[in-house]
Amino acid sequence: MMTASSKDFSIPPGTSDLVSTPFSRRALLAGAGGLGAAALLGTGFETESAQAAGGSVRWANWSLYLDYDNKTKKYPTLEAFIKKTGISAKYFEVIDDNDSFTAKVQPQLKLKKDIGYDVVTMTEWMAARWLASGFVQKFDDAAVPNKKNVLPFLLNRPFDPGRHYSLPWAGIIAGFAWNKKKTPKGIHTIEQLFAKENKGKIEVLSEMRDTIGLVMLWQGTDISKPFTEDKFMNAVDYVTKMIHDGFIRQIKGQSYQEDLISGDATAVIGWSGDINQLNLQNQNQFGFAVPESGGTFSTDNLMIPSTSTNKKAAEALINYYYDPLVAAKVANYITYICPVNGAREAMAKVNPKQVNNTLIFPDDKMWANLKVFRGLTPTEQLKFSTAFQKASGNG
Amino acid sequence: MAFLHATGTKAKGGLKRKSLIPYFLLLPGLIWLVFFFLLPILTLISTSTKTPGLGIGEFDQTYRFANYWDAIVNSHSQFIRSFEYATIATILALVIAYPLAYAIAFKSGRWKNTLLVLVVAPFFTSFILRTIAWKQILGSQGIVYKLLTDLHIISTQTHLTASPLAVVAGLTYNFLPFMTLPLYSSLERIDPRTLEAAGDLYANVITTFRKVTLPLSMPGVVAGTLLTFIPAAGDYVNADILGNPDTKMIGNVINARYLQIVDYPTAAALSFTLMIVILVMVMIYIKKAGTEELV
Repeated sequence: MMTASSKDFSIPPGTSDLVSTPFSRRALLAGAGGLGAAALLGTGFETESAQAAGGSVRWANWSLYLDYDNKTKKYPTLEAFIKKTGISAKYFEVIDDNDSFTAKVQPQLKLKKDIGYDVVTMTEWMAARWLASGFVQKFDDAAVPNKKNVLPFLLNRPFDPGRHYSLPWAGIIAGFAWNKKKTPKGIHTIEQLFAKENKGKIEVLSEMRDTIGLVMLWQGTDISKPFTEDKFMNAVDYVTKMIHDGFIRQIKGQSYQEDLISGDATAVIGWSGDINQLNLQNQNQFGFAVPESGGTFSTDNLMIPSTSTNKKAAEALINYYYDPLVAAKVANYITYICPVNGAREAMAKVNPKQVNNTLIFPDDKMWANLKVFRGLTPTEQLKFSTAFQKASGNG
Repeated sequence: MAFLHATGTKAKGGLKRKSLIPYFLLLPGLIWLVFFFLLPILTLISTSTKTPGLGIGEFDQTYRFANYWDAIVNSHSQFIRSFEYATIATILALVIAYPLAYAIAFKSGRWKNTLLVLVVAPFFTSFILRTIAWKQILGSQGIVYKLLTDLHIISTQTHLTASPLAVVAGLTYNFLPFMTLPLYSSLERIDPRTLEAAGDLYANVITTFRKVTLPLSMPGVVAGTLLTFIPAAGDYVNADILGNPDTKMIGNVINARYLQIVDYPTAAALSFTLMIVILVMVMIYIKKAGTEELV
């Protein structure tokens, strides 16, 4: 499916009208804080459901995954949403990896007890498992009219055809990141990652599909097509060897960032957007590249858990983020692939420098080098993740 | 026990009625144990013989006792490592804590209370923060690393964090107060006149320590080593934050089975095995150490 061409990014006629009026756009840019701006926004794109919802909505997300203002310690787009709708939105950066978050909340989901969140953000493969387990609620399509702005090729993913239960928050690329001082030439291949200079200072993701996926791609296996168990285990064996030979220091979730900053790790398998944001806060110290042998692509998806206590507010929140201008503001900060049609045009107003950033708006060449890990059967899932955990030292 | 005994003998007249009182007093503790120990243990045992069902976290009871064998075979290296690390940390803690407790008990004078507060002070910070602090202390930006590399004691190619050294250091540090306090309390109770008597009998300092102080402080040593060893053997935080994939302990395996793979049966089998192994080791230890009175 990842043969997406530039066609996917062309703007269908009329879509640009969905970008709110220039006036309110400028008002947003002026800083979402101003009351006047909020009032103007209110007329911009308020929906029925947003007015009706009220109450509060609690959103569980990964860290560095929403525009954040260091000065006010607030999330500008979220603040604008609160002002616009009167819904009190609470944001929690509680997800470090899919497995651990799901494992923590699944007992409550099964007992139908509130898990404490009305919106969760899960990577596609895990989103598929939530759907299969009946852990999510179906959207009321009328309450999420902005769904039509989602990039067409992301609207019909096999796990949720027609996107009735989930919407893509962002597209993620896993690749190599490095400390520019320690590795001035950068890292573009697995060989360069596991070079002698990096020994003991390499960290790889605890997200199995990314770490093993990158190794499999390097070993010549197409991870998007059916492959045998042997191919998977070959990659696990390689990672195990790198651990025992002392190359890999740790296997981590998103917390690999801390070690990049402290210098304890100098080369990692990490996620595209993270690195860009780390650079903003750390004098542009880090580099990121998609491996020459191919990078892994997936999406993180917004879903409403079956236990949500305020579905209407959750829908209003989700709908709000598919406004192209809001999406552009988020993408400008998080620098992950933006799944919203028209956001690229809106980006010209938000931050012209980002319009040609292929990590946000990939070009054909970038797409050609990205692969999606194929779906696994439950048996494979258990077998593969057990093997990967064993490699991680967790027996 | 003293109380039980007293009520029993004193109230000869209404013996039948009054003797129930101690059992009533035991009730809250018993209820606590039933709900927070017995029932969880039974659930744990029942979970440990299940096999995976269809959905996430669904398991069917199939009485598969082979789960235990599989779990132990797969994770024996982490089991052994846990006991190795816990033993080293316990010995280190004893070596560090004994002189400290001794000094506080006998030599600190008016500083006694201040020193005791200092021993307990780390508890005012979160366990996790204290562990993360070790990451900073031993990290590539930390003073220890800078000093050792500047002095060319270690090369810049090596690292102190993400190593067995860091894990054991973290374990030792985190459980040190559990060693110090029991040691202090049994050393503090030693009657100084016994030490004087030893001197009067021409024992030198070393003999006095060997024949008088050490035996009298044994309850503290046993209690301290148990309070350090047991939690250290089951710990996963130190190995998680300060270790690498080759320093994972059994706690990490159990954590990953519960919270990464969502394989409750294996996690339960491992937890139960760990409990039994520790229980057996502790029983043997107490028997060898020959002390019934723990503190």
